Amino acid sequence: MNINEKLKEIITNNDVCLFMKGVPAAPQCGFSMAVSNILKHLNINFKGINVLEDENIRNGIKEYSDWPTIPQLYVKGEFVGGCDIIKEMFEKGELKTLLEDKKII
Amino acid sequence: MALSIEEIKKLITSSIPDASIEIKDLVGDSNHYSAKISSKIFNGISKIDQHKLVYKSLKGKMGNELHALSITTEGK
Repeated sequence: MNINEKLKEIITNNDVCLFMKGVPAAPQCGFSMAVSNILKHLNINFKGINVLEDENIRNGIKEYSDWPTIPQLYVKGEFVGGCDIIKEMFEKGELKTLLEDKKII
Repeated sequence: MALSIEEIKKLITSSIPDASIEIKDLVGDSNHYSAKISSKIFNGISKIDQHKLVYKSLKGKMGNELHALSITTEGK
């Protein structure tokens, strides 16, 4: 399986997945921690993928999403954004709306 | 090599000439910045596409020479 197929499988098999540095219980970067905390605050069950454990995933996801930074949030197969966008959406209540629309909450 | 505020502004302006840009060096280490950018090219496109235009203007430096740049974008 090539890296794009692998990423597609992860994204398809998990309704909410966060590509992050570290794991949800112990993020290793402030930006990853911020998004992880927002999801926890909203009581979202999400899959955290630690990009620091796999260089192929770390580089592959940047190309896959055409997005140069980590974290990256996917909901129901759709790229929602990085840290700045997620924070902004959360503050405006838009993230909750999106998760409701996607039947996550 | 870290980038200075002026260098970041220059890169963004070269791709987005009408951009109004406010950059802050968050901790004074020339490595963690926040940028507020407004431009007409952001009108009517998604936040993801707005941020992608900013990343593209930085020509691959984001995540490399430029360690952390938090971005806020808006239309004009």
